[in-house]
Amino acid sequence: MQSKRLGWILLAPTLVILFFFGVLPFFYVVYVSFHSWNPFAVNPEMVFNGADNFRKIVFDTAFLKSIGVTVMFVVFAVLSELIIGYALAQAFMRDFPGKAIFRTIHTLPLIMAPIIVGSVWKLMTTPSIGIIPHYLEEWFGLTMNIGTSAPAAFATVVLMDIWHWTPLVTLTLIAALVSLPPDPFEQAQIDGAGKRQIFWHITLPMIAPAVVATVFIRLMDALRTVDEVWMLTGGGPGSATRFVGVHIFKEVFPKTNYGYGSTISVIVLYLTIVSCWLLYVTMLAPRSKRG
Amino acid sequence: MRKQSPVIGIIFWILVSVLTLFPIYWLFVISVKPAVQLFSTPDLILSDPYWGNYAKVWGDRLLRSYMLNSVIISTGNAVICTVLGFFACYALSRFNMSGKESIFFWTITNRMAPPAVFLLPLFLLMTQVYTVGEWKLLDTRIGMILVYCTFNLPFAIWTLRPTVDGIPKELDEAAYVDGANSWQVITKIVFPLCRPGLAVTLILTWVFAWNEYLLAATLTNFNARTLTTGLSEYVTTTGTEWGVMATISVFTLIPALIVFGLVQKHIVAGLTFGAVKG
Repeated sequence: MQSKRLGWILLAPTLVILFFFGVLPFFYVVYVSFHSWNPFAVNPEMVFNGADNFRKIVFDTAFLKSIGVTVMFVVFAVLSELIIGYALAQAFMRDFPGKAIFRTIHTLPLIMAPIIVGSVWKLMTTPSIGIIPHYLEEWFGLTMNIGTSAPAAFATVVLMDIWHWTPLVTLTLIAALVSLPPDPFEQAQIDGAGKRQIFWHITLPMIAPAVVATVFIRLMDALRTVDEVWMLTGGGPGSATRFVGVHIFKEVFPKTNYGYGSTISVIVLYLTIVSCWLLYVTMLAPRSKRG
Repeated sequence: MRKQSPVIGIIFWILVSVLTLFPIYWLFVISVKPAVQLFSTPDLILSDPYWGNYAKVWGDRLLRSYMLNSVIISTGNAVICTVLGFFACYALSRFNMSGKESIFFWTITNRMAPPAVFLLPLFLLMTQVYTVGEWKLLDTRIGMILVYCTFNLPFAIWTLRPTVDGIPKELDEAAYVDGANSWQVITKIVFPLCRPGLAVTLILTWVFAWNEYLLAATLTNFNARTLTTGLSEYVTTTGTEWGVMATISVFTLIPALIVFGLVQKHIVAGLTFGAVKG
């Protein structure tokens, strides 16, 4: 076998880039998180305040609420994306006329910039100019106002996320379904297994790694998402769509509370890493070890 | 499986496609409306398109230079991330380096960072530390290419790893027996075999870089501004020019559409983020 040195040489550029643009800024954020610092306040100096920020965060109801909202968002959005994505992936496994065209159409949302997606959804849903509230009112007599109704705003953000990211789930699941060997399915059908049994006992366990990988990447991105939600609702009304990413953004930009914003970021990053690590270690890593 | 009449299937797919396409269609509708019509009653059917916004955007030299920046930055970033990611995956897959699985997981943690707070340290580093004499990394294309690596390089590594792991080591060994050196094995044997995975990685990293907004808005001010940041320039204190914004969005969408269309057929074969085939 070759020397390990070659391995390190190949890895070196990656490590160097991530060190200078990922690790160093991270250390800076950790450093700032132990300070009280608002560069645009009357007193713009950075003052060391020990663990005060961390103590504050435990009792910060706005922050805790944003975690709750984020968890709700992730559950609703990712679960719907998995269900719809799986249904579409299964449907794409059959042959039908125009399949390639329909698949291309279905992947289009994926290539749109989050900030554009946010703008379009805002234009579609803003009361009085948006087409969705307009026709809901005209056809069904329903009023929908994402500026004042918390459930409407939350549902719109979830719908937007489903619209934007289901294609990614569909594609990953198609990739998983395509690579499944046919034998177990034939065997199960010979043994008289029903559709539901085949799904729970054969298909699901076999595509589990892909499902977990999808949850993993969606979870990771949902926790840091800002652009889309900021464009659509600005986190409102109230705190209905104030996800942690938006919460941090609000703390850092309009309020310029860098010290406390950094503390929240460190905590959020920690929580993200821990949840992803648990997901990775328990679900992904054991399966990827091969002989 | 139950046989279905193809008509129902087609109707189902047309319905799904309409739902998928509607926001994109609406973006286009907004882009061909003059500002005054925007606030009148919304109309589903497009009538009497107005091309003024397109003329305005096309005639804007600044936006054209943003477009060029976007092309250079996303292409440069996608190529660098794919190539370096491939090298990293090869190292992680073929060598018994201590702690390599931890390194593998650590790379993805760089993608998890909440961007809002990391803007400030990046800004400070790029104005005060990463400088050569008068030259600063801030507001340069190479600077943006490197900054985008923080989220794209980990993604590339995680997308490519299953592909590289899936190439049997026996192929490498056979090539070594035939007298090839390491460089030849990597570039002539393994690299071509990973083509589907590489294509997907290239395209997705390209799209992510092309669409990035927050970092570009903060870390550039003139020379390296990208097309997405051009959008926000039409959000002014006197009101947002939605029509122009929508037109820029359409312009942003078209190149992504072309690039994506080119590799459609590879997408499925190579998309196995972190997961290993059955």
